[in-house]
Amino acid sequence: MKVKTLKMIPFKILVALVLVIVLFPIFWMVAASFKAPLEFTTKPIYALPDGFYLKNYVDAWTIGNMSVFYKNSIIITASALVFVVVFAAMISFGLVKLRWKGSGLCMLMFSMGIVIPVQMVLIPLFTIYNKTGIINTKFCLVLTYIGFHMSLAIYLFAGYIRSVPDEILEAAVMDGCSVYTMFLKVIVPMMKSAAATVLVVSFFAIWNDLIFSMTFVSSTAHKTLQTGLLYFQNEFGNKEWGPIFAAITMVIVPTIAVYIVLNKKVIKGMTEGAVKG
Amino acid sequence: MNRIMSDKKAIGVFLLPGTAVYLFVVMIPVVWSVVYSLFEGAPGIRFQFRGLGGYLQLFSDRQFLSSLVITLKYCVTVSAFQMILGLSLAFLFTYGITRFRTLARTITFLPVVLPIVAVGQLFSKIYDIAPTYGLVNSLLELFGLEEYICAWIGLPQTALPALCVQDVWMTMGFYAIILYAGLVDVPANLVEAGRIDGAHGLTLARYITLPLMRPVIGTALIYSLSSTLKVFSSVLALTAGGPAKSTYTLSLYMYDTAFNFNKYGYGSVIGVFIMAECVVIVAVVNRIVNRKEQA
Repeated sequence: MKVKTLKMIPFKILVALVLVIVLFPIFWMVAASFKAPLEFTTKPIYALPDGFYLKNYVDAWTIGNMSVFYKNSIIITASALVFVVVFAAMISFGLVKLRWKGSGLCMLMFSMGIVIPVQMVLIPLFTIYNKTGIINTKFCLVLTYIGFHMSLAIYLFAGYIRSVPDEILEAAVMDGCSVYTMFLKVIVPMMKSAAATVLVVSFFAIWNDLIFSMTFVSSTAHKTLQTGLLYFQNEFGNKEWGPIFAAITMVIVPTIAVYIVLNKKVIKGMTEGAVKG
Repeated sequence: MNRIMSDKKAIGVFLLPGTAVYLFVVMIPVVWSVVYSLFEGAPGIRFQFRGLGGYLQLFSDRQFLSSLVITLKYCVTVSAFQMILGLSLAFLFTYGITRFRTLARTITFLPVVLPIVAVGQLFSKIYDIAPTYGLVNSLLELFGLEEYICAWIGLPQTALPALCVQDVWMTMGFYAIILYAGLVDVPANLVEAGRIDGAHGLTLARYITLPLMRPVIGTALIYSLSSTLKVFSSVLALTAGGPAKSTYTLSLYMYDTAFNFNKYGYGSVIGVFIMAECVVIVAVVNRIVNRKEQA
């Protein structure tokens, strides 16, 4: 046993090294976001900050417009998430439990959405939004996110609904439930855990999206955090590292917070979705 | 029961709203992309039918060919590291440590949930050389390795490798977790039987564990290849295709063609090509994985 423990030491060091490689850049950036402008030029970049220079955050929040981007991202992500969950739950129920011809084909159409790349819808969507005049609004982004992230949500929901035995639904019908009350009173309460998985997976996909938001929205008033951050440097210039680090930190904090609280669900949901895709 | 569950009106209520959005945002644009790819120009401005002309143009388009090569280089490099590091980490977490396994996996997965733009901005500072040395260059200076100090993302030779490092850093945890799940699923009695027969370490992995993990490795590989072929955001956030177009991938070329040069038709051709590329690769990998399984 002793020999085995000794043999494992190099592996333990390796694991520690991996964790350092993963965490150090993040830690370094958060630390650097508290540095005063002089510290960037007079001290090596790996040095720890002298104190908490909060002006970086104030500047990023006000001059850098992060307050606007934050508000937009929250509004857009929250509205899209509500509809993704509601629509996907309804469709999954309609496809798995309701009996009609073509439900299988319809399911196939939705599963196709999981593998369709953004590149295949981007150009036509841009022209459609341009023609209908909803380009450069929060609405067109919400609409896009609902449609584009529904497929994976339906896949995750359908798995849960399939496992609900028909006998339970039959009993509900005996008790005089209509199909709507059955959905609301029987199915919905059983899908809480599935809904949580759908919510976290879609949250990261939508909150972190760049390609749609930078293509469809160009005015500062509607930009999301990701687009805002991409062009942030233009606002401050290459020399001001403090506000940039502060802005990056502000952008990653919500995702890290969600991850710390729900990491098991996040990992399970994201890998499950990938294995299907 | 049957009557209630096949109520036409109810089916409509449950399906129509979501399906309408889905058709509008996903299915119709996909069909339009294919239709666009047969035209030249942009809708409204000299939009002319030219059939498969756009697809033929690809083969004589130098920028397209060079972007294709860059994308393939990126795809092969990143996928290879995702698989190798993913597998190594999976084995390391299973056999290398006895405590804190869950914590180690949770931390390794963390970069996966970070926004790509934030990671790109972070790495552009890590690689920076002016006005001040970034993290890499200042550490090189600290260890007396001044001759290696360079503008990592400012030079055509180093920009693509630097991009690959960033994306491997960000995604390796994802593959580690998928492959770890596959490794845990390998029946313990088979591994034990191998041990009794005298296999250990690498031989055990080579002849017992890895062959049993073939399906999950196949799945991970397919996901890895199809997502690296489509790479867009991480390139845009780190190098925006530069310097000297050394990281100008197909998706970036497609984006510029459509939105900066207003050639929607040709942009769609590239979009359809990217999609076709993914489909072919998925089919090929699937075929290889399944055939070997039967043999």
